[in-house]
Formats: sequence, C-alpha cells, structure tokens
Amino acid sequence: MEKLNVYAAKLVPKNENFAQGHRACQGCAEALALRQIGKALGKNVITASATGCMEVISSPFPFTSWNTPWIHVAFENAAAVASGAESGLKALMRKRRIPERKIFVLALAGDGGTSDIGVQALSGALERGHDFLYICTDNEAYMNTGIQRSSATPFGAATTTSPAGKVVPGQVTWKKNMAAIAAAHDIPYVATACPSYPFDLMEKVKKGARARGPAYTYIHVLAVCPTGWRSAPDLSIRLGRLAVETGIFPLYEVVDGDYRITVDVPKLRPVEEYFRLQERRWVGENNGSEGNRWDSETVRE
Amino acid sequence: MKKELEYKWTDFEKGYVIPEPGTSRDYHTGDWRSQRPIFDHERCIKCGVCWIFCPDSAIRFDNEGYAEADLTYCKGCGICARECLPGAITMVEEEG
Amino acid sequence: MGKRVGLEVSFAASEAVRLANVDVIAAYPITPQTHIEFVPVESEHSAMSVCTGAAAVGARTFTCTSSQGLILMSEIVYCTAPMRLPVVMVLANRSLSNPISIWNDHTDVMSIRDCGWIQYFAENGQDVFDHVLISYRVGEDRDVMLPVIVNMDGFNLSHVIEPVELLDQETVDRFLPVFKPEVVLDPARPVTMGAIVLPTCYTETKKAQDEAVKASMPAILKIWKEFGDLTGRYYHPIEEYRTEGAEVLLVTMGGIGETAMWAVDQMREQGRSVGLLKIRLWRPFPFKEFRKVALKAKILVVVDRAVSYGGPGGPVASELRSALYDEPKRPHVVNFIAGLASRDVAPVDFIAMVDKAEGTLQKGMGPEYEIYGVRE
Repeated sequence: MEKLNVYAAKLVPKNENFAQGHRACQGCAEALALRQIGKALGKNVITASATGCMEVISSPFPFTSWNTPWIHVAFENAAAVASGAESGLKALMRKRRIPERKIFVLALAGDGGTSDIGVQALSGALERGHDFLYICTDNEAYMNTGIQRSSATPFGAATTTSPAGKVVPGQVTWKKNMAAIAAAHDIPYVATACPSYPFDLMEKVKKGARARGPAYTYIHVLAVCPTGWRSAPDLSIRLGRLAVETGIFPLYEVVDGDYRITVDVPKLRPVEEYFRLQERRWVGENNGSEGNRWDSETVRE
Repeated sequence: MKKELEYKWTDFEKGYVIPEPGTSRDYHTGDWRSQRPIFDHERCIKCGVCWIFCPDSAIRFDNEGYAEADLTYCKGCGICARECLPGAITMVEEEG
Repeated sequence: MGKRVGLEVSFAASEAVRLANVDVIAAYPITPQTHIEFVPVESEHSAMSVCTGAAAVGARTFTCTSSQGLILMSEIVYCTAPMRLPVVMVLANRSLSNPISIWNDHTDVMSIRDCGWIQYFAENGQDVFDHVLISYRVGEDRDVMLPVIVNMDGFNLSHVIEPVELLDQETVDRFLPVFKPEVVLDPARPVTMGAIVLPTCYTETKKAQDEAVKASMPAILKIWKEFGDLTGRYYHPIEEYRTEGAEVLLVTMGGIGETAMWAVDQMREQGRSVGLLKIRLWRPFPFKEFRKVALKAKILVVVDRAVSYGGPGGPVASELRSALYDEPKRPHVVNFIAGLASRDVAPVDFIAMVDKAEGTLQKGMGPEYEIYGVRE
C-alpha cells in the first residue's frame, strides 16, 4: 500500500513549516520527521519541545527553524508545558479574550524526554485529558549528549552506557513499549510511525489532530540516527523501512482501544538485514531477534 | 541579520525571544557538504520521492519540473540518491 | 469599598486570586498549602511548567506550594524568570527536609534566592490578600514582566484566621487591568521562546535579566503608592517601628515581625533604646532604603529563619553585612537563627537576643551566627 503512495509525493503541501538551515546531522531522519509533521499540521499549531537533539538543532540563538510559534522550557516537561498552553488558550477563549478557534497544541520530545524523565508529565497530561498531541521522536538513545542508553534503546544495541562486548551484548533490557503505556491511559488515538513511510506518518498526525473531541493523541515515531546508530547517512530511509519490514517496529494505530496494523508486512524479512547496517547492533548467536518478533506478533493479535 | 557576537545586552527582545520565524535560513548548511547530488534528466520521472525524503528541505523542482538540489542547504547526506526509484541521482565529490 | 471579615489567611489568598480573574491555576497538594484552590497536576514540577506554558500564551496564572514542592519545581522556577513570564506564586514557607517537618521557617524560599523572581515577605492576612493583587499588577507591568513570589509563614499565617478587609470586584478591576502581554505564542505571529544560547551571547542575556530585576524597583514603588491611595494601606520595602534614636535595631522578615513589635514595646517601656526594622521586599533588594535606616543604629540584631551550614550566617544577615560593608561607620550585625520549624519566638526571646547582642559592644563580636534556643 505504502509503496504506491510514495509516487504521490508531489501531492503533499509544499509549505515548509520546519525551515532550512537547521543544524541536524547529515541524514537525520528525526529532522525529516519534524518536517513531515510540520506539513501534516500546517501553520495553526503551537509547539512545546523538550530539551534534546531537535530542540538544540532547531533553535541556536538567533537562528530558529520554527515557522510556527514554539517554546522550550526544560527536559522532562514538554507534556506539562503543552498542558499549560492548552489550558491557557481554553481559558482565554472561554473568557472571550481571544477569538474562539481551533489551535493545535503539540508536545514534542525525544525518547529520553518521553520514556525516561518525561513519563510523569506525559502520564499526567494524558490522564487529565488535555486537547493536545504528543509526538515522541525516538532515536533510541540520548543522542544529543553523546549516545547514552535510554529505556527506548533496544535489546542488544550498543551505546556509551550500554557498551557491547564479549560479556555483555549491549543493552540488556527490552525497549519500553511507550505506545502501550499511552494506550493504557485509554486515550482516543495512539499510533506508531516512521518517516520512511511519509504518508502513513502524515495521515496519522492529521488523524490524531482531528480526533473527535479532545485530540489527546500519542504518536511514537522511529527516527533513524546515523550518528548514534553508526550507520551510513544515506541509509536512514532504508533503515526505517527495514525496521518495519522485519517486524521490529510495526506501524499500527490504536483507535479507541482497537489495535490495527496500518502497514502490513505479510512476510517479515530476517532481522539481520536490519541489524547488519548499523554498527550499534551486536550480532551474535541469539541476539534477541525472537524477542523483537514477539512484539509485532502481539500487535497482530 | 545580526551575528551572535554583534548582540549587545540591550539588543535582546524581552525573554530572549526570537521574534521572527525561520531565521535559520540565514545559516547556509550547504557549507557542510563533501559530496553533492547530480540529477540525470533522462531518468528523472519528477515523482517527488527525493523531495519528500530530504531532511533539510534541500530538493526543489526547476522550471521544467526536474528535481534539483538547493545547494545553499544541501548537506550531501545522499538519501536522495539512495531512494531515487529510477536511479536518476548520483553523488559526486565536492571539489576543494 | 470593602468588607472586613474574619478569614483563614489561605482563603484570603484564594479570594484575591478569584478577584484577580486568574485564568489558569496549577498546583499540587502539599501541607500547608492545601486550603488554596487548585487544578490538579501530577507534581509541583508540572505545576510550574503548566503556569509557564499558560503564561506564554497570554493567560494570567497562579500556583502555590511549600518546602519539598518548591524545591521539586525549582528547576522550572529558574526557567520562568529569564523568559519574562509573569506567574504569581504564593509560597507557604515551610522547612525543608530532612528531617521532614511540616512546620514553618524560611529554608524553602532561601533555596531559590537567585531565581530571578521578585520576592516579597508578607506579615499578616491583609498583607497576603493585598499582595496577591499587587503582584499581578507589578509582574504584568510592561516595564517589569517578571514572575513574583509572595511568601507567607506556613501554618503560622496560612492556617490562622485574621481580620482581612476584602476589596470588591469593582475596586480590584480598577486597580488591576486585564493581562495583555506584548509577545505571546500565537500562530498569527510565530515566535521562538526558550532558544538555546551559546557562550557568545549567554552573558548578555543574564545581564539583561539582572537589569530587569533591578529596574523593577521604580514600578514596584509606584504601584505600592497607587494601592495605598486606593485602600489607605501603604507598603514599603523597608518598614520601621519605633526606630527613633534607637541604638539597637531588631531586623526581621515575615510574620515574626509582628511579635517583635510587642518585644520592642516592652523594651521601650523599660527605657531601652531598641527599635525594629522589617524587610518586606527581598528581591530586588532595597539597598538605599535599608542603609538609610540601618546606619542610624549601633547594633543590628538580625533574626534569620534559615541556616547555611558552616557558612557566614543566615541568608538575611550575610546579605545585610555585605550591604553595609563599604560604609565607614557601620553597625555590628549580630545574627540569630530562630524559629526553625515553627519553634516559638516570643517577646521574651527577642529580649534575650537583644541582651546578648548588646554585650558585643563591650566584649567584641562572637561567632558569625548562633542558632538560638538550642537545648544543651
């Protein structure tokens, strides 16, 4: 399905809400994700970002890549700042101090700022039911500070704080399933996405933003990081595709509690094809590939 | 645009707000490049795949609709060459 | 104009918040702030984050906390001031752990001395009510645009019933206009708030922040005068009580000042030359007003409600010593740390402190500070 859609790239709006000149590494799929999210949401959005790669590369004073209003406060509170913006707008519109209209509120954070230090604020915001979207752009480690493991680092991946060698295979814990945690809050829309599948990603962002009633939406985006994953910069799109085609990062959505796969891969590729291209993976006898498949099979059920 | 070292403390907006959008366009990331994409018009089918996958919004279309690189910002990552379906893009070394 | 009621002080504060037509309140329950109305966030850290985000879109915001909640939210407290977002926070001052203590002293607010907020110490219920309203007017003033902390003694003030004259809505609306910031997050005019600033520019942003705090003083004084003209209650950064010809001045900040007034009355009746200097405005520090009063005395007996272990003294005494250092004829500054975790400081205690302090004129200065009333 997705392959056919790629031919329709020219139908996507030309407007760039994420401006050129940002300082992301060559081949950064996370920056690409922001570009695609910007196209899906349009100009009518207020964004609260957490500290991280995307915050730093997009706002080195006096340069800003944001063509839409944007605020950064700290590392763990993107969801709380967004909650504040949403509450403020609601109060101001109710009191008629500003004209009543739909303004999307977006909270953006990386995997560190979401599944580790940001879980509390995210959980609180989802529980309170604010009308906002939360998008986690996951490059699977604390990349901005020099590649340290996070709870989103997958089993067997090497980082500076989960180094791989003869005794220890890199990360020894399993990737925290943030989409499941978000879904457990019983919110209307949860999805996983990847910029290698731009139409799937953009449709999901739009769907989440236009959910019936409050938007509160959680989208988890896999973002290939050539610097941290030690892969070639030109392979970032292919790697994202392989993550999906090997079943390691299935693309699905959860609509009012119903799980459905959005990009079906009837015959999964062997995980080695994905691992081979990234030096951070320790490829051994039993490198956890079965465990990774378990994830996608559970989703299929 | 003012350079960072030209900012006196009185030059900042309250709260060091950046009052204009998209000022990063004054920073030419094209200087980072060590290789650049070249486009073969015989093969280019004007599908826009390179454009949708460029992390730096550095692909645009010329007056005939063929894809070309915006060399002011192109960082030379090579994604476009890798993803181009008909293989119309090749990366070549930058001189100097 | 207003009606005088007996009201628990925390309710007086929330009444002021209601009259101020606040848009967003975010707070997390902690003793002794719990009587004030709040919207439930999952931690104090998020409370300040919500207020910051709401203020950024142009909403008038309020939060309230104490002690552990304050230090948890302190990361964001330091973020809000340089962003020039005028949040108002009432702090029910309470001891910091450990040991855990729910009772009153100033250790919580002293941990955020350098946060860049305007900081004020209230003494009684009327003070708290008035200053919630005044703080919105001061903080939101276009020439100020800074967040404000109103300190009140936890339990000792927050949970007692005092006579408070409430203002009616019409009077408040005359004094406090609608919040209309110059710059907000708005898709019609996209701005970037909270950019990363490299070493080439960081010092300049901090200079700008420092100048903003210092420059808020004229606006504070002007608004206090305006409030006084409206209500008959005039507030000053430094207040004096029976300081005429006083050789010894007690110096207090916060609620114990009222007890100190009783002690001064008793000592004056005995013919002793003692007065009281009360500090209301803590940041920006009123150097000029302080020196004008302090330099008349021979001894300042500074009663601190927080301690800096192994340091130069309580925070207030160390700052006052520093403020007087360059003066050719400066008073002795004798420092007592008292009233930790609400241990009672009665008039008899103030008298004992003054007795001890007067001894320094003959015997010379003792240690930098003394924790008063320790059982030994």
